[in-house]
Amino acid sequence: MTSIFYKDEVLLREFNTNWKAQLTGKMSLWVDKYRPKSLDALTHTPRLTHLLKSLSVEPRDLPHLLFYGPNGAGKKTRCMALLQSIFGSGVYKLKIDVRQFTTPSNRKLELNVVSSPYHLEITPSDMGNNDRIVIQELLKEVAQMEQVDFQTASGAETGGLAHRYKCVIINEADSLTRDAQAALRRTMEKYSRNIRFIMLCESMSSMIAPIKSRCLLVRTPAPTTQETADALVKVGGQEKVTVEDEAILNTIAESCDGNLRKALLTFESMALNNEMCLKSSTALIRADWVVVILKMANRILKDRSVSSLVECRATLYDLLAHCIPAKVIIQELAFALLDAIHNDNHKIAVVQWASVFDERLRLGNKPIYHLEGFIARVMCEVDG
Amino acid sequence: MSSEGFFAKRQKLSQPENHGDDSKPWVEKYRPKKLEDVTAQDHAVNVLKKTLQSANLPHMLFYGPPGTGKTSTILALTKELYGPALMKSRVLELNASDERGIAIVRDKIKSFARLTVSKPSQNDREKYPCPPYKIIILDEADSMTADAQSALRRTMENYSNVTRFCLICNYVTRIIDPLASRCSKFRFKPLDSSNALSRVQYVAKEERLQYDEHVLEKILDVSQGDLRRAIMLLQSTSKIVKHLDPPQITALTVDELAGTVPTELLNELVAKIATANLETIKINVREMIKSGWSGASVVNQLHHYYINSDQYSTAFKNKASWLIFDADSKLTNGSNEHIQLLNLAMKLADLYRKGL
Ligand SMILES: Nc1ncnc2c1ncn2[C@@H]1O[C@H](COP(=O)(O)OP(=O)(O)OP(=O)(O)O)[C@@H](O)[C@H]1O
Ligand SMILES: [Mg+2]
Repeated sequence: MTSIFYKDEVLLREFNTNWKAQLTGKMSLWVDKYRPKSLDALTHTPRLTHLLKSLSVEPRDLPHLLFYGPNGAGKKTRCMALLQSIFGSGVYKLKIDVRQFTTPSNRKLELNVVSSPYHLEITPSDMGNNDRIVIQELLKEVAQMEQVDFQTASGAETGGLAHRYKCVIINEADSLTRDAQAALRRTMEKYSRNIRFIMLCESMSSMIAPIKSRCLLVRTPAPTTQETADALVKVGGQEKVTVEDEAILNTIAESCDGNLRKALLTFESMALNNEMCLKSSTALIRADWVVVILKMANRILKDRSVSSLVECRATLYDLLAHCIPAKVIIQELAFALLDAIHNDNHKIAVVQWASVFDERLRLGNKPIYHLEGFIARVMCEVDG
Repeated sequence: MSSEGFFAKRQKLSQPENHGDDSKPWVEKYRPKKLEDVTAQDHAVNVLKKTLQSANLPHMLFYGPPGTGKTSTILALTKELYGPALMKSRVLELNASDERGIAIVRDKIKSFARLTVSKPSQNDREKYPCPPYKIIILDEADSMTADAQSALRRTMENYSNVTRFCLICNYVTRIIDPLASRCSKFRFKPLDSSNALSRVQYVAKEERLQYDEHVLEKILDVSQGDLRRAIMLLQSTSKIVKHLDPPQITALTVDELAGTVPTELLNELVAKIATANLETIKINVREMIKSGWSGASVVNQLHHYYINSDQYSTAFKNKASWLIFDADSKLTNGSNEHIQLLNLAMKLADLYRKGL
């Protein structure tokens, strides 16, 4: 059952789960099934919902938007709800086009582009280092076209306004290369009449200043523990889960630390594993890769030797082979170590080296070196 | 119709510029159309205004932070020099969204540069100065490779009788010396509040906004000299209050949108750091990250706080600055915000522990 996490937490992130479910019409996962579809259905952070509503009232001069906030806080959900209120439910009628691009070195590049009649979505990690070319080609083409079918079915819902622009959603915008970001700059200005960008990112620090200057920055906080628990109660009610003690929902919410997606996935697999009945004693299910990392953290602190390091290496390779991104590994590992350590000097050292090796991870291109380097360093520090 | 995909229905757009302005975000709607509209960049504007009379123009290099009017200035200048009709044949604008490798520099730019200048029509000649040269605008030139830039050197020299170049960038150091030295440099400074105020007031008046006293000043303060950001904030705040009665923009609305960490939250973090209790620091940092505050702006504001406070010794400020610079550079390299912020907070706490 827990293998659900492999797929949904890491492999198929937000973007993929969403369109797969939409396309097949099979909302297999609760997290997709109960995703709010409209602004009115959004739950936590009313301040933000209010902002989006006021943006959608007269959408003609909508600025470009940059949503930022932690993973699982609901950036994509809010963005789609905003589009829904502007264009109508047509934005959920998704399809995939396979588009071809040619790099200057004449390599052919294929990219899946998810689109509705009103918007299109791209995810930079799908295009690797060629993201600049994709941005240049795809967006120029889109930007120079005008949508003519603006008086469509949604006209009634949106007050018959003619929206001449299309929206381009850029998922994980913080992983766009600088070149690709630079390529967006004039496009955002020149074609602002018929194209609007909505970018979603976790870390604003990776966005270049000219892009930040061109967008309205929208902070998206994660739900609090209480809000997360409330969301679980709601879904639980609809799916007829018996919750004998609401404390278990709090436990789930707390363990997921503001990541609503993770909380719903955990909740679903716990319910399915326990005949739809959760007691206060029901064991918390963690993703198997998280468990692996927790174990590794314990090993690092207990057995600080070369042979232990070799075993850690095997585990790391295993994790990487299961498509757990290196940046996720180092973060989970660092915080697992931090929780297990009691000596203040050691704590400071662990965080310091995590900060150093995390940076190297981003700059280099062989993750295993840096992960291993981090572990070796921590072993030395703890040995004193 | 619903089965139509994004790429299905579309039509080539003939003239993207000429439709009504109301479907543009305000930053585009209020882009200066004449040199006169450009606020605050007096040095550049005055020099360029003279060229409207004398018909003489050097190669130019504009540099400065985002949203200070670089692109607007050159676009306004070319419009005033040639008028809309002639502009098409006289001005070539290339920016970072265009392919600008060496090959393009050698072919496209060179062939445009060597063209003889087209004859203005009688009508244009009466209305506009129409000087006898073309202008090539290389906007966002920081993203050109050094190779492509050096390929440009010869072109710039060889065809200077019929072509002027205008290079625009954020960081002047990204332009190779041989190019920079061929240009007159114009620095576009971040707009100081009093200058920017007049422009923002103008926009507010055109849009008939109602606002509390000092709200515009606050917007400018938050945008730190980036006029584009200021206009964007003004538009967004006005949208929020639009359906209120009265639609009055208050300082609170601005705070909500600005994305700067509120002083209370920042002070709380600083206080936690001062206790040097690592566990509470850890919890506090996690809460900040969960609330979505951007690591970069927290680091920025911490810097501001520590440097400007009188409570700390020079030695402390010195050490703190080093830590902050380190965090900033790691963040800029794309490192994890939670780890970096926690590291910074713990390291600062360590300074206290060591009794600095
Ligand atoms: N000096 C100015 N006077 C009037 N408006 C300005 C000025 N500077 C910026 N603006 C406003 O900001 C918008 C963006 O300005 P512009 O495109 O000229 O910035 P830029 O300097 O080219 O920035 P970037 O480095 O990000 O390309 C303009 O459309 C205008 O609304
Ligand atoms: Mg510009």
